[in-house]
Amino acid sequence: MTKTMAEIGSTHGPAVSFTTQRTSSASIATQSRWLPAEGGHASGPHISAVAVEKAYRKGQHKVAVLRGVNINVRRGEFLSIIGQSGSGKSTLLHLLGLLDCPDIGEVLLEGQRMDDLPVRTRDQLRNRVFGFIFQFYHLLPELSLLENVLAPLMIRYSAWEFWKRRREFRDRASEILHLVGLDHRLKHRPSEMSGGEMQRAAIARALVARPEILLADEPTGNLDARTGQEITELLASLNEREQLTILMVTHDDAIAQQAHRIVRLSEGQIEAVAAAA
Amino acid sequence: MYKAFLSLRYLRTRYIAMASIVSVMLGVATMIVVNSVMKGFTSEMRGRIQGLLSDIVIETNSLDGQENARQHFDMARKVVGDKIAGMTATVEVWGLVTFNFGGQFTTRPITLIGIQPDEKAKVGPLVQYLESYQTLKDGKRVIRDPLRSLDEPPTWNLTAQAKAWRHEANQRRKWIEDRLDSPHEASGEGDEFHPRVSSVNHTETSKPAAANAPTPPALLKAPTQTRPAISPTLNASATKSQAPKAASAAAKNPFEENQETSIPVAKRPPVNEDDPQAPRIYIGAGLIRFPYEDPKTGERRMIEMVRPGEDVTISTVSAGRPPTRQDFVATVVDVFKCGMSEYDSNLVFCNLEELQKVRSMVDPVHPEDPDRRGITSIQIKLKDFRDAPEVIERLQAVFSPGIYTIKTWEQKQGPLLAAVEIETGILNVLLFLIIAVAGFGILAIFYMIVVEKTRDIGILKSLGASSSGVMSIFLSYGLALGVVGSGVGVLLGLFFVRYINELEALITAVTGRKVFDDKIYYFPEIPTLVQSGMVFWVTCGAIAIAVMASVLPARRAARLRPVEALRYE
Repeated sequence: MTKTMAEIGSTHGPAVSFTTQRTSSASIATQSRWLPAEGGHASGPHISAVAVEKAYRKGQHKVAVLRGVNINVRRGEFLSIIGQSGSGKSTLLHLLGLLDCPDIGEVLLEGQRMDDLPVRTRDQLRNRVFGFIFQFYHLLPELSLLENVLAPLMIRYSAWEFWKRRREFRDRASEILHLVGLDHRLKHRPSEMSGGEMQRAAIARALVARPEILLADEPTGNLDARTGQEITELLASLNEREQLTILMVTHDDAIAQQAHRIVRLSEGQIEAVAAAA
Repeated sequence: MYKAFLSLRYLRTRYIAMASIVSVMLGVATMIVVNSVMKGFTSEMRGRIQGLLSDIVIETNSLDGQENARQHFDMARKVVGDKIAGMTATVEVWGLVTFNFGGQFTTRPITLIGIQPDEKAKVGPLVQYLESYQTLKDGKRVIRDPLRSLDEPPTWNLTAQAKAWRHEANQRRKWIEDRLDSPHEASGEGDEFHPRVSSVNHTETSKPAAANAPTPPALLKAPTQTRPAISPTLNASATKSQAPKAASAAAKNPFEENQETSIPVAKRPPVNEDDPQAPRIYIGAGLIRFPYEDPKTGERRMIEMVRPGEDVTISTVSAGRPPTRQDFVATVVDVFKCGMSEYDSNLVFCNLEELQKVRSMVDPVHPEDPDRRGITSIQIKLKDFRDAPEVIERLQAVFSPGIYTIKTWEQKQGPLLAAVEIETGILNVLLFLIIAVAGFGILAIFYMIVVEKTRDIGILKSLGASSSGVMSIFLSYGLALGVVGSGVGVLLGLFFVRYINELEALITAVTGRKVFDDKIYYFPEIPTLVQSGMVFWVTCGAIAIAVMASVLPARRAARLRPVEALRYE
């Protein structure tokens, strides 16, 4: 995976590589990326935000959400971001996941700046590097569980490529669904599943593209305590087994304690950083 | 990959989109049906007009016509001989036809066309329009089989049926005459067409009639019967007073006879009253028939006023200055019906030679020389109608425009064809607006779907879908909608066109009211013509509208920022 970023960043320049070097990055993607990488970890942070500021316009008023946040996430780290509603924790996650751009400041992936990349490249980075989990699961209601899980692969590959490798992808999806314990509900629609199952499905969808970083926005916010605990444990085990970098936003301290490190946000600024108990 | 997949999945699962599909489908189906029927009507109509008029007509500007048809043929052949498939000379003049029906005289304006049937058949499908060659049907029921085979060239001979009818009609008339006495005959006097003949007849025949009732030779009940009524007196019963007159009439120069008496033709009165007159005609169906609806039963049928075998009186004008009125009695040989009511209720075809004689277009010195007879128009059939403009150009070089007018049948029927074209055009614009309305429906529904799908769009973007990818989801959704809608519409339209007559019968059966009355439209069934090009363009138009209508919603979807879309909860 460092190779991937090196390609993006230095060898070919960021804009070109993802659009022109589709095959090479695809071939890299097929290697078991989310499995532990063989040695050679970059020493710097996996993903970091440098003095990011973000404001939203609400009618006439400009509401500052983030006011200069610096954060570094190590590779393989499980980081919790907690804070009250409106403290900017979700916005920070969106900025780190390239869903949005900071007004000021930089977002770096392995030291390479990402927020000023062309839209198309950022789209592709979102597809390959990041996996998202949301509070409301955000599964596509028209698709079955299996199709939902395959969606990132469908987005990444052309119809022809996907068709050629459909067996491989299907196996990969069922493997991951097995991992999250949903291999018996492949044909079901999201509406036919419980909240916990949907969240597991969302995790499976996030993992199928073999991301390096998993971004979870209140993954337990909509679940009862026990199911929430199960989901958090699943994330923790993924982090442990696959060395996946995980950023989890939550407002629940108990859930946050599962992480290695806890970042507390308040009014758009980092209030405290603490190691989990 | 996901674009097509998702748009197809949306198509299958969003039932609201069915509304758009149905509207596109109905629009496309309506356009196909209406266009096919309109095209069917026009092509049928054009075929009939062209069949009757032939491709190109050279007309003399003067009613007097020009002499020597053969010379004209040669002139035309010299310039465009290689493109001509057939030519025939005709005399066209307006006139009146009078016949008696139900004790009442009916007079109608006509266009009288002198033709040689065998020659005319070479420039147009004359045989197709003559009823003796057709199977007569009432709906599906066969009333009568063809009386002549289609291989037989058209002639002026009566069919056996017409002869039998003529005989029967004569018998009936005689029977009535036998029962009428002279006061009635006197009241029957009033043959405004042959005043002198009738007065002579009357004075001469009424006396013996009054004396001994059984054989009153001339009852002038109807002008159509005048001539056959005289004939037996000339031949069979031969009253002494008439014989010398007949002899002297026969001895006279026809030219003089024309001048002196108003007996224009019939120089050779039939020997037998069952024999037809020398002038024979094909008469338009619309002139001699009218639909009658029985007020009690509501049943509709055609009342036939004249049948083949009967005689009618025709009045026209002679060539020369000033034109003088000429009347003659002619036997109806056949009824023609081309389906254009304009022609069917206006045209009477007569034998060319007799018409030339009536109109004094015959050289009195050489009455038998066909090259010294006048003609007023030459009908030309081309090998390929597309050559028409070129042929006309070349013909105009030899036929002086001061004397001749040269036109194609399309130019002669310009206003009618233009009217039909405009009608079709307007209909198409209106119908296409239906599809455009369907387009706006798609626009509205798509906007709704985009709003509804805002969250999903956010998900797709978070999964790495690009803006153009999201846009193409909705564009291909619109495309799929247009393709499915117009595909089903094409099938529905073609199905409707294919079974339009059955459907018409069904609607008639359900509503009890005839939708398409073949007696009014002359077509036995609704004519349709499906043009693949038309279907293609209608389909393309519908798909294009569906895609265009989805552009705005798709752009809106593409511009959604993922964060905003995801905040939608």
